[in-house]
Amino acid sequence: MCLAYPGKVVKVDGDFARVDFGEGTIKEGVNVSLVEAKIGNYVLVHAGYAIQIVDEAEAQQTLEYWRQILAADPGNRSGYEQQLKGGLS
Amino acid sequence: MHVCGSHEWTITHFGIRTLLPDNVEVRAGPGCPVCVTPAADIDMAAQLSLEGKTILTYGDMTRARGSTLSLSDAKASGGEVRIVYSVHDAIEIAKANPKREHVFFAVGFETTAPPTAYEILQQPPHNLTFLTAYRYVPPAVEAVANSPDLAVSGFMNAGHASTVTGMKAYESCFKSTRKPMVFAGFEPIDVLISIAMLLRQIASNDPKMENEYTRAVTWEGNLRAQAAMDKVFDRVDGYWRGVATIPGSGFRIRSEFLECDTRARFGLKEASGDEQFVPQARCGEVILGKIDPPECPLYMKTCTPASPKGPTMVSAEGTCKIWADHKILATMRCRV
Repeated sequence: MCLAYPGKVVKVDGDFARVDFGEGTIKEGVNVSLVEAKIGNYVLVHAGYAIQIVDEAEAQQTLEYWRQILAADPGNRSGYEQQLKGGLS
Repeated sequence: MHVCGSHEWTITHFGIRTLLPDNVEVRAGPGCPVCVTPAADIDMAAQLSLEGKTILTYGDMTRARGSTLSLSDAKASGGEVRIVYSVHDAIEIAKANPKREHVFFAVGFETTAPPTAYEILQQPPHNLTFLTAYRYVPPAVEAVANSPDLAVSGFMNAGHASTVTGMKAYESCFKSTRKPMVFAGFEPIDVLISIAMLLRQIASNDPKMENEYTRAVTWEGNLRAQAAMDKVFDRVDGYWRGVATIPGSGFRIRSEFLECDTRARFGLKEASGDEQFVPQARCGEVILGKIDPPECPLYMKTCTPASPKGPTMVSAEGTCKIWADHKILATMRCRV
């Protein structure tokens, strides 16, 4: 029920927007009245309504942590520990 | 413990429990809105459909049985029940059929309540009312945290519900329980990092409210969504099926919007009380996270996804359904 997907706002017309979820999935008529969405923002869409704007800088930062964790030598836990300590706590 | 069906799906689908040390257990708490929707409300919706009103609701909700009938059963008996993707669809359907009375059976948590609040503020068509059974998660987390027989060490809070309420909604729960808390996203690696953050808090005996899902969850949450909810709903006691009545966990449409309230329009009562599931079914204990699905005597014997006996086997967010879909037949308890 609380499923929500991130997508990029490509057009805003009043309360409604066209949102690109990537890989060819584009949805018209997403209601963006609960957030202040602008073109280029990423929004979390739940049951046809955007419920939050995704913070792009935070998302990039998280992706970077993921990349570092996934790239870490699985036998070397200290790198992973450092990521948790440095980045997320 | 987590409190979200989407977290349960990620954890089960990616086999996260099998990756954890023997002394770490992840339990699924009350995170499935369909599962906790009172049977009395389902009965009410089924009865209204049989009386000639069109019931509009989400797909999972049509398959969960009340005390006798599900909405699908009611439809098979001649009731009008239509599945919608969003409350906006319900508005459009009601507008397109002005001579018929429509009821939107509004279930879900605070993630789903703001769009309905928004639509009620936009003055929906007169032939549409709202049978609301929304529930508010923070008081449920507090109730579970205080439950002595669960003895939860920490909580992975529901990321999407928290995008709306913000972390601040859990502050009083945290202050009174001092349980470690992490607000978690839904990718498998979000969940793994959140578990690591919780374990770190537990190991250092330093409980905190931490945010892993920083790209979507903030301290304040979505203020517009909160304002819409507060304008339209009063927070009241809410009965969670199979669990308990939890103070402050229900939403009631405020008196200014009574013309939108199905219960007011048709003189019906708010659901309450202590209702049973089918005999021997242990749905209530599964919902609370007290037992794993295989500990229920009906699980994968008489109760299967093809022939569900209880709501936890119906909903895509129900723990039984998720475990059954992944063919899990043994418990996932701590091995130490």
